[in-house]
Amino acid sequence: MTQSIVVQVGQCGNQVGCRFWDLALREHAHVNKPCYLWCSFFSESGGGACGIGGRIQRLKARAVLVDMEEGVVNEILQGPLREVFDSTQLLTDVSGSGNNWAVGHMTYGSAYREQIVDKLRKAAEHCDCLQCFFLIHSMGGGTGSGLGTRVLGLLEEEFPEVCRIVSSIYPSAEDDVVTSPYNSVLAMRELTEHADCVLPVENQSLVDIVNKIRQMSHGGKPGSAIKRDSAVISGQGGLSGAEKPFDAMNNIVANLLLNITSSARFDGSLNMDLNEIAMNLVPFPRLHYLVPSLTPLYTLADVSVPTRRLDQMFSDAFSKDHQLIRADPKRCLYLACALMVRGNVQVSDLRRNIERLKPSLPFVSWNQEGWKTGLCSVPPVGHSHSLLALANNTCVKPTFMELRERFTKLYRKKAHLHHYLHVEGMEQSFFSEALGSLSSLIEEYHQLDATKGRLVPDAPRLGIAT
Amino acid sequence: MSIVTVQLGQCGNQVGYELFDVLCSDALEGQRRVYSAAGCERFFYQTTRGELVARAVLIDMEPKVINQSMSRAAKSGMWRYGETAHFSQKQGSGNNWANGYCVHGPRHRDAVEELVRREVERCDRLAGLMAMMSVAGGTGSGVGTYVTQCLRDIYPKSFILNHLTWPYGTGEVIVQNYNSVLTQAHLYQLSDAILVHENDTVHRICGQLLNIKHISFGDVNRVIAHQLGSVLQPALTADSRGLYGRNPLGELVSALACHPEYKLLSVCTIPQVPSVSMAYSTFSWPSMLKHLRQMLISNTKMEEGIDWQVRPPAGSERTRSLAGSGFNRSLANLLVLRGKDVYSAETGGFEDPALYTSWLSPEEAFNSWKSPVPFNKYEKCATLVSNSQALLRPLDNMVGKAWNMFASRAYIHQYIKFGISEEDFLDSFTCIEQVISSYSQLH
Repeated sequence: MTQSIVVQVGQCGNQVGCRFWDLALREHAHVNKPCYLWCSFFSESGGGACGIGGRIQRLKARAVLVDMEEGVVNEILQGPLREVFDSTQLLTDVSGSGNNWAVGHMTYGSAYREQIVDKLRKAAEHCDCLQCFFLIHSMGGGTGSGLGTRVLGLLEEEFPEVCRIVSSIYPSAEDDVVTSPYNSVLAMRELTEHADCVLPVENQSLVDIVNKIRQMSHGGKPGSAIKRDSAVISGQGGLSGAEKPFDAMNNIVANLLLNITSSARFDGSLNMDLNEIAMNLVPFPRLHYLVPSLTPLYTLADVSVPTRRLDQMFSDAFSKDHQLIRADPKRCLYLACALMVRGNVQVSDLRRNIERLKPSLPFVSWNQEGWKTGLCSVPPVGHSHSLLALANNTCVKPTFMELRERFTKLYRKKAHLHHYLHVEGMEQSFFSEALGSLSSLIEEYHQLDATKGRLVPDAPRLGIAT
Repeated sequence: MSIVTVQLGQCGNQVGYELFDVLCSDALEGQRRVYSAAGCERFFYQTTRGELVARAVLIDMEPKVINQSMSRAAKSGMWRYGETAHFSQKQGSGNNWANGYCVHGPRHRDAVEELVRREVERCDRLAGLMAMMSVAGGTGSGVGTYVTQCLRDIYPKSFILNHLTWPYGTGEVIVQNYNSVLTQAHLYQLSDAILVHENDTVHRICGQLLNIKHISFGDVNRVIAHQLGSVLQPALTADSRGLYGRNPLGELVSALACHPEYKLLSVCTIPQVPSVSMAYSTFSWPSMLKHLRQMLISNTKMEEGIDWQVRPPAGSERTRSLAGSGFNRSLANLLVLRGKDVYSAETGGFEDPALYTSWLSPEEAFNSWKSPVPFNKYEKCATLVSNSQALLRPLDNMVGKAWNMFASRAYIHQYIKFGISEEDFLDSFTCIEQVISSYSQLH
């Protein structure tokens, strides 16, 4: 049983993280399994390994919470989740980063370096086999983006053997933070260089999914009543009471993280561990941006589940409405794809659907059957089965290109640049290098895209003298 | 004589559990004292309290599957695994052959060798070792290869049979073809014989013959266990002089793998029917053997969809290239017949020289084992273990896909990280291409 540590940085990171812990507790309470299975995300209070029969009240989350403002973290500590964290896991300051990547990365990064490393080490000491760090942050602000990527660098330095999976919330085009393009592009460079896998999520996609579900539940069509607590946006059944704004959106990301780790936590006929994700989905070191999609978004209250619905779940995973960034993977090129299925699904269902969907999905020539599959027998709360698809697909290219455009619009005019350059340690070269890194990443995706549809002949095989 | 089984990785441990389950329930069935005793001795030992314990070592780099297999065995009430006969770590091999072979294997060598040594020493006489694993993942393939290497070093005179499960062609693991090529290239030098089951084939047997609607890995594994069990349970062989053969692995290897270039063995069994239909089915040896022979010749892995048009070539056509004719040439065949009236079964059809290569006489190329005891509830059952061109096309596909991927160097950085180089890849490709070439040229 391996352990994972969640590092949540910044306002967004901590809000998503808070939802994650709430849903994780809900999931474990729901699944009546022996205590040792809790160990991957929780430890018994007082540190050390889990014993049998631990109850919720004594569990401590394996987490480090970092924010340069106190508001969000204080709210967590006053809320129902306060038992799950202790003060040694928190790092806060008062003034925030002013939506400035340089302040987060340089100023706070240097000032708090020792303390951050210390807290990470403490969390790692409570693990007997640390497998993965999950970093949750947003790209558009100052703390999550700047300090978050500084933490990423520290994770690589101090724990080079441990996998780093980053869940990054990208700003939408209509983001109200003016400098979000600067912050995002500066952070992108760090992600490309220091993360093992990145799960990009766009706010706009989350908004669209939330609206879709709300429309469904208020639609009033007969037979369309949604089962309580089954919607991927629902926090029902968790410890937190009333829903706060953004909770619905954050629940989606929280569910993403729960589903990714499900096979490592529960039994299944075809297990998929976290290190297998990086191994199978990252063919070249820098191309590690994996587009997530979650289905089903909700379960209808109608209990009978014909096979047709199961197949629908697979189809939905590839539709552009279910992707967590604004992209249509079917129109672009797949480099690799992972399907993590939870619940009562057998290998024959999986194979049937892969056969069915394969013809409509363009895969790169050297990975025509590039599927990684996992079957976990425990479904998520409120569903009988679910599917998480992670696609390494060139459909991230338009997202990155848009980001670059927004960046250059500001950079050309040198708008707001002085706020960054005033920060000690920050130089203009950071900007040009970050832009360069993003451009070459886009170029790499572009090269692969160019092979799409072209008939690439098989490489000539080795000849054996007879 | 006893066989010690080493179960490696998730697949090895899941299939291994089903195998021991079949072997035990078959051995304990009915009043067949001598057969029971021989079967139990071969695969189990008895504790002082009369419990049957499998002669097996379970190895995996993460604990979940081993725990599951051990608890399911214990629940059966008929047999169990040895309480300490297992080794696991906390974290798996990440589907990475290099991680299994270069890191986990050497790191845990001593512990694994000790566990195997204990089982071997418990046997009165060792018939040989069987390693069960898949080729697609990281532990079964990588650690499995390393462990086979160690066993070869420690027991140079023992027979080592590797049972491999090949993954679905349309992918369970993206780097499965790399892992397969690396594993089989290495095993070819270490193993005495490599017995292969393909998930695709077994899946079709489950669907079309056994009429299973929602096929699970459990169903697939039970078919593999049935086929493997029908080969390994006690039988009367040419050498055994009226008693149950005491050297099953040795006789298997000498019957089938007589040349170091040709070690790949495939299995097919007839009949395979759903248990509900068994009461209504009648089996006759002539019909079963006729179907089995045609399955061999036309390279059909099950008794549905057999192409009866395929014929072995007449003498004069022998040396011409037979690509595309659909005929599957054999190097050697072993027929294992079990059940009622087994001595009346006519196996002459398998002794036709036209089936075989020209440089082995049919007497040398064909062997048969018999047992009058019905196996696994089938009144009559015939299993053919073949060293033939049957696995050539799937192997060629595997290598083709791996080579295409290698040409773009995709994923190579993941392997290099753990200690193997591009040179190692090229060596493995060369070795497997050699095997493909040898089998293609069989005439």
